[in-house]
Amino acid sequence: MASTLIVLAIIMGAVVFWLVRQTLNVQPWAEEGLVGQHHAGGPFSISSAKIGLIVFLAVASSLFSLFVSAYFQRMDFGDWTVAPEPVVLWLNTVLLIFSSIFFQRARNAAIKNRAGGVKSNLMIAGLFTFAFIGGQLWAWQVLHNNGYILSSNPANAFFYLLTAAHALHILGGLWVWSKTVFKLQNKVEVYKVCTAVELCAIYWHFLLLVWLVLFALLLST
Amino acid sequence: MAIAIVIILLVIGSVIFHFMSPWYFTELASNWGDMDNTVTITFIVCGLVFVLANLFMAYCIIKFRNKDKDQRAAYEPENKKLEIWLTIITSVGVVAMLAPGLVVWAKFVSPPEDANIVEAVGQQWQWSFRLPGKDGRLGTVDSRKISIDNPFGMNADDPYGQDDVLITTNELHIPLNQPVKFNLRSKDVLHNFTVPQFRVKMDLVPGMITWQWLTPTRIGTYEILCEELCGIGHHTMRGKVVVEEEEQYQAWLAEQKTYAQHAAAPQGDAHAGKALYQVCASCHGLEGEGNPALNSPKISGQESWYVKRQLEYFKHGIRGTNPEDTYGAQMAPMAATLIDESAINNVSAYIASLPDKPAAQTIKGDIDNGKDLYETCSKCHGRQAEGKWSVNAPRIAGMSDWYLLTQLKNFKHGLRGAHPGDVTGRQMESMVLSLNEEKMQDIIAYINSL
Amino acid sequence: MAHVALADKGQDLAHPKTWIGAYVWSQDHKVIGIQYIIVATAVGLVALALSAMMRLQLGFPGIFDLIQPNEYYSAVTMHGMIMVVFMLTAFFLGGFGNLLIPLMCGARDMAFPYMNMLSFWVYLASVLVLCSSFFVPGGATGAGWTLYPPQAITEGSAGSGMGIILMLVSLALFIVAFTMGGLNYVTTAFQARTRGMTLMRMPLSVWGIIMATILGLLAFPALLVAAIMMLLDATLGTSFFMPAISDLGEVSSTSGGTPILFQHLFWFFGHPEVYIVALPMFGIASDLISTHARKNIFGYRMMVWALIAIGGLSFIVWAHHMYVSGMNPYFGFFFATTTLIIAVPTAIKVYNWVLTLWHGNIHLNVPMLFAIGFIFTFIHGGITGLFLGNVAVDVPLSDTYFVIGHFHMVMGVSPFLIVFGGMYHWYPKFTGRMLNDTMGKIHFWVTFLGTYAIYLPMHYIGILGVPRRYFAYGTTLSFPDSVQVINASITIAALIVGTAQLLFIFNIIWSLFNGKKADSNPWRATTLEWQTPDTPPKHGNWGPELPVVYRWAYSYSVPGADEDFIPQNEVPSENSKHEVET
Repeated sequence: MASTLIVLAIIMGAVVFWLVRQTLNVQPWAEEGLVGQHHAGGPFSISSAKIGLIVFLAVASSLFSLFVSAYFQRMDFGDWTVAPEPVVLWLNTVLLIFSSIFFQRARNAAIKNRAGGVKSNLMIAGLFTFAFIGGQLWAWQVLHNNGYILSSNPANAFFYLLTAAHALHILGGLWVWSKTVFKLQNKVEVYKVCTAVELCAIYWHFLLLVWLVLFALLLST
Repeated sequence: MAIAIVIILLVIGSVIFHFMSPWYFTELASNWGDMDNTVTITFIVCGLVFVLANLFMAYCIIKFRNKDKDQRAAYEPENKKLEIWLTIITSVGVVAMLAPGLVVWAKFVSPPEDANIVEAVGQQWQWSFRLPGKDGRLGTVDSRKISIDNPFGMNADDPYGQDDVLITTNELHIPLNQPVKFNLRSKDVLHNFTVPQFRVKMDLVPGMITWQWLTPTRIGTYEILCEELCGIGHHTMRGKVVVEEEEQYQAWLAEQKTYAQHAAAPQGDAHAGKALYQVCASCHGLEGEGNPALNSPKISGQESWYVKRQLEYFKHGIRGTNPEDTYGAQMAPMAATLIDESAINNVSAYIASLPDKPAAQTIKGDIDNGKDLYETCSKCHGRQAEGKWSVNAPRIAGMSDWYLLTQLKNFKHGLRGAHPGDVTGRQMESMVLSLNEEKMQDIIAYINSL
Repeated sequence: MAHVALADKGQDLAHPKTWIGAYVWSQDHKVIGIQYIIVATAVGLVALALSAMMRLQLGFPGIFDLIQPNEYYSAVTMHGMIMVVFMLTAFFLGGFGNLLIPLMCGARDMAFPYMNMLSFWVYLASVLVLCSSFFVPGGATGAGWTLYPPQAITEGSAGSGMGIILMLVSLALFIVAFTMGGLNYVTTAFQARTRGMTLMRMPLSVWGIIMATILGLLAFPALLVAAIMMLLDATLGTSFFMPAISDLGEVSSTSGGTPILFQHLFWFFGHPEVYIVALPMFGIASDLISTHARKNIFGYRMMVWALIAIGGLSFIVWAHHMYVSGMNPYFGFFFATTTLIIAVPTAIKVYNWVLTLWHGNIHLNVPMLFAIGFIFTFIHGGITGLFLGNVAVDVPLSDTYFVIGHFHMVMGVSPFLIVFGGMYHWYPKFTGRMLNDTMGKIHFWVTFLGTYAIYLPMHYIGILGVPRRYFAYGTTLSFPDSVQVINASITIAALIVGTAQLLFIFNIIWSLFNGKKADSNPWRATTLEWQTPDTPPKHGNWGPELPVVYRWAYSYSVPGADEDFIPQNEVPSENSKHEVET
């Protein structure tokens, strides 16, 4: 469970750091009246939606680190035989990097309030993502055709499980993406989708990071 | 106010209950008296906290309860000094409990080098045991090799395994005052090897060998309980450990068979059994079809291991000795005519070779209700009531249904299965606990419909 | 400087137009909280009925032939899982969390009201899926609430087919629901606190609920991972947890897996889960005690730090549930130490509750009775935890009735007393009527004394060695007949306690129509939820203006003040500046 504990320690550390910054050591009974710069709307200059997303990313980090912990623990047992990683995974990694880049460009455009830039970048990012999903399916196909089926070895089972869990998260992101594209298609003004685009960008960067970790794990073991 | 008095009474009552209750540790029979001591230390520390904290609370309630309208509470946000002292005292108490505990645990994790090895094997819902034999080494095993002929899953070509002593009953003997390390192995699911008098316990985990060690210090017979939920027969998974002097132990050990002896034991000969069967045929019929008029059940179609075991039970007075079990009592002298094990093997083999025609159905009941009730039975006797060797459960479909009803009633009322030697019959005792006669008929009606 | 409250600007509250919109598809946190409470109570009653059936079997084996062994084990499993997850977790976080967080923080609603509504409906779906497993072939799963493989998915257990699959699916749904709710609670407490509500001015109820939510958000994924992997083992023949076994005589197709891995994942969730229930309980207990003792909570800062410390530590104690599981026995040293360390902050909380009573002005109202009863049961359950957390002490007691007695005291009776106390306390705010006092007192006394009569003897038959999860003890060499006698008396006590809960349900319904009318702050409490312009609060909670907070949540009996409480949002007047001790 070491990898999970590290991730959780980082998350907990962040929480505690933030709490301490919030003057956890004041004597609240000693002060009366309005204190701090704090006002309704929260201590952050960022939106609730972004906070919600960040909290969700902590949850997802916990989830993936637990998968990784389970992977390491199960790996120690004698019957573990790794299947060769399909080459297409390298291509998929590049595709996901590109989709992340284009999400970032869409976000930048949204902040600058450029309608055209948002839409085109968003579309390209989405296409790359779909290509990534397709590529992952292809990798499954390759493994399956070579006889590395789910139940034949725990290493295969973990391969399918980890990629599926990652892909499901991406599909969840694509749902938000499709709603945003739909809105832009209906000529909704850019500032109204700005948050959604920004959140998508953060989410995609996170999922890219998760994929890089998972891919490194699969390659190195 | 009442609440304060009640809390005081509860504290006093709990302390009295602690000292007066008839339920406390069973008499120790191993070297783990240290565990009892750590429990005692914990009781002292925790008991003090329990008494002091609650009495102080009760005092506060009495003293500071609202008595008149103008009463005001003190304003006291915190008291650093008091809080620090309380933290320190608590930490001291915690260390007082933890340190001895860790010392005892350090002893547990290092079993003595010279401990005798005993393998305890768990399966749904029985115990069996394996001793390493003269070479002092257990042979290798493989769960995938487990079958009716090789219930331990022994690797036949492992030389170390040949002299392993296999104990297929649920009764293990160990010599007094000699440390013993139990290697624990499970064939199927999690189990737990517990003897309350020994204090230690450990889970059996399929796919790995776990262990625990102890030195038995008191002569006696103790019950092994499974304490890890292992399916619907969990509560019936019992065994026995007999702690005895070295001499008696050696005598017992000499009677046990090794793996090689088990493997070489002759199979039953149906041809030779045919002659012996003539005695049986007078009641059970030439083809073992049974005769309700004589209260003789159908026996054809039953597997030989079951017939064999029942014949042995009848022969050795384990079954059919209860005076109320009149039909069982008739069977006992008949089984006694089979002079030895090979005779029993042969006649069982012959019975298994008889043609199997379904018995006439005589019992009616609510099949739907029977189906629900049969869910429990199906775990051992099979979805088709075909019987399962691994759990010693006989086939019950297509057999004499009136006999089935009689036996269910016998189990329920202690006419069968109450003898300590009837290990498998005893398991039925609690399984039929919640069945009344109507439910029994429903179940049998359902079995008839299979 | 004039603040424009962002929370006001940002939140478009969807005001419902129809009855269904207001009470069924509602996005109002108060309605959702009540919906959570109703469903959790309903499913809790199912679990209560299951326990009655188990007790009848154990107390009077062979006399009440209500259940067969397979049904008994299903009942054991479902009772445990329902009470821990679907009742207590849902009640504290979904119920009290929804009701209290926005009101106590001074927000108009949760940060994401729509997601909040979805959270409830997914929770309801998870409950329905769970309950449907009673009716599938083979019945509900009988693997124990810990769902250990292999037995959970092999033929020898009750409900090893559809039963376990539905259980896992239901848990997955619950986790989705919890995550949606949890994101809301955390974001709301971070973002939507009203002006002046600094962290250290928050009532401990909010602290407890928020810390529990953070624990839940990080810990529930472990259960999800375990559930997904077991689902694959059960349906697609993978070997994550499944070694090669001989399943009732038939060699399995699986090999190499390790059941211990499941246990690690399960308890990595399972132990924080204990605190997911305990932290809100701590928080609410603190507020009940402070309010009804008319005194500030003693050592507020210590209480907050203890909550955070307990939350953090709860992630490194999980394997104390596995001392006899066959894991590497050397782990025992580490986990015994961490487990006993966690006792220190927990003990401090207990001291501070009792010290709050010291020099207080204790009003023995019904919520206070429950809170005091809670302190007693929690001390009892807490110290028996020290037995089980200490590895060498745990070994003889593990898997016996001592464990049953312990966790029912600490995680059954204690949280329920606080649930009841909280209901008696906040009922007037959300209905405008008081709960009936006489019925409340009867309910308290029967529950408090009855549960002690149930669980105290269990500890002792546990020390004797009586194992848990036994359908019947049958002929045994191990225990005297007196065990059966005490089992029968436990059953009688349990049935009486169970019946008393029906009185509570009756009280809730009866008082809705006949209860004494409550004013907006019947307990004269300081926290914001009592200062709403309307009782019950309307959608949006605060009328045109959000409250502004000037002081912490525990200004009770402040020297020099006219009243013995000063609401958090009362404007401090220059000429009557209260003396504030530092």
